Amino acid sequence: MMSVRSTTTAQPHPMWDRAAETRPRAEREALQLERLRAQLERARRVPFYRDILSHRELGPQSLRSLDDVRRLPFTTKDDMRRQHPLGLLAVPRKELARIHGSSGTTGTPTFVGYTAGDLQTWSELCARFLVAGGLRPEHTVQVAFGYGLFTGGFGLHYGIEKVGAAVIPVAAGNTRRQLEIMRDLDPEVLICTPSYALTIADTARELGLEPRALPIRIGHFGGEPWTEDMRREIEEQLDIQAFNNYGLSEIIGPGVSGECQARTGMHIQEDHFLVECLDPETLEPVPEGEPGELVITALTREAMPMLRYRTRDIARLYRDPCPCGRTTMRMSRVTGRTDDMLIIRGVNVFPSQIEEALLRVEGTTPHYLIEVSRPGTLDEVHVKVEIHPEIFSDRMDRMQALCDRISREIQTVAGIRAHVDLVEPRRLERFVGKAKRVLDTRGLAD
Amino acid sequence: MKLQQLSLFLENRPGRLEAPLSAIAAEGINILTLSLADTAQFGILRLIVRDWERAKRVLEQAGWVVNLTEVVAVDVLDRPGGLAEALRILEDSDLNIEYMYAFSLRRGDKAILIFRFEDPDRAIQVLTDKGLHVVDGEELMSFVP
Repeated sequence: MMSVRSTTTAQPHPMWDRAAETRPRAEREALQLERLRAQLERARRVPFYRDILSHRELGPQSLRSLDDVRRLPFTTKDDMRRQHPLGLLAVPRKELARIHGSSGTTGTPTFVGYTAGDLQTWSELCARFLVAGGLRPEHTVQVAFGYGLFTGGFGLHYGIEKVGAAVIPVAAGNTRRQLEIMRDLDPEVLICTPSYALTIADTARELGLEPRALPIRIGHFGGEPWTEDMRREIEEQLDIQAFNNYGLSEIIGPGVSGECQARTGMHIQEDHFLVECLDPETLEPVPEGEPGELVITALTREAMPMLRYRTRDIARLYRDPCPCGRTTMRMSRVTGRTDDMLIIRGVNVFPSQIEEALLRVEGTTPHYLIEVSRPGTLDEVHVKVEIHPEIFSDRMDRMQALCDRISREIQTVAGIRAHVDLVEPRRLERFVGKAKRVLDTRGLAD
Repeated sequence: MKLQQLSLFLENRPGRLEAPLSAIAAEGINILTLSLADTAQFGILRLIVRDWERAKRVLEQAGWVVNLTEVVAVDVLDRPGGLAEALRILEDSDLNIEYMYAFSLRRGDKAILIFRFEDPDRAIQVLTDKGLHVVDGEELMSFVP
């Protein structure tokens, strides 16, 4: 396979795949169009797409320019759910090499399939942003992302191996152990969620260690939204350079885009993804640099050729030149969502999941409020539930059991640990029309 | 023989205990005794009042969730060991106590124990058999002004 290519430290801006990353725009757009046409052919093997495309009489010949992508149908999370578990596959099951998943509003994950070729592509994409953000073959990398259905752990793992660096697959959690391993093995690079990086710093201080003296020099953080303020804090506390990257399991996982040393936005791997930025109401493109919903078409995915996936993520796109020499379009941080999805400690949570959990506990009223805060470095969730005659008991053990039961149901449905706060009747605000169910005080929008 | 106890759900924050007590005080309803069980997050206020039906109505109208529970009152001598003696009898009789609280009367030499049993009817039977005095509502009210 491809070995270390242009990653020598002599160059000011090392790149994993210089040819792809600095390709002139016209040349790349021609490649994108060619790949989009091929992808449309592949999509026809998926009954869901075949029906829509036949009905609209769309074929590769309908795509005369990249703008014609707008003639293609959107794909939403709901479409994925309706095709549960693997209805969007364009290849026979036996050709799958891996299956990942992400949390869904119903408590059952939505699954994403990969062929061996997809996994190769994915590793390449992760290698690109890791190298852009300073990873070198001689480095050792501590991966404190979850390994499992979540795409973070495995995605980054193989990207690091692709670059030729050494991986310590510690996985998420057990911060003391993370620190012991860090001291024993001297990794220069840390991979985790940004909030976990701050937890590592806090825990180090609790143990009497100076966080700035830890061996880590570079951090690649993702899996949850964060801000420039958080970046400054992480860099200051750990004395590292922190890089942002973006991806989502529905498309491939991490590797859709990532920052270079210039940190002027995340370079989108445009030869593999066609990214649109649309007004979520009109679905018309927004002017360059304006916030809009990212809509992504995977141009090279074999197992699941996603057409115009509506990410619900709000960000901005930039085409002005980057000092690093890459010619790709860049995206800003994700500054919001067009739906009500929350990302809590890296887990996607919809308020409707909390509601579903409450519905499983008889007598809990329809009045609830989800409070999300970040008192220290980690997200905390309090679900306020109004007390109701049906569930009130004079016995403390029963009341405690009720809280525990609600908490357990939330864990089952939404996959997060939440504090359950019972509140007096009519304490929660009543709404005419759409109820406001979430109070998020983390201040994540830039 | 059983007494009606009112229970209220309260959030554990300043001023939450005062509000329901003021509401029933405004109606001229006297509280015989109360107990409060609490966690860091919420509390359960249990009240024995002279006119529980009216008190319940007042509290519910003011928006509290009120629960009605049958409890059993027993009187013991208000002296060292009085409570322990009663509890020993209960322990021997295999009665399950959910919780209890006690108060002394201003007049006389009696203290009153309030018990929340799993099975109050059987408890009254057992207590009476063992020679303890179960106090009914009317008698209890006669002890206080």
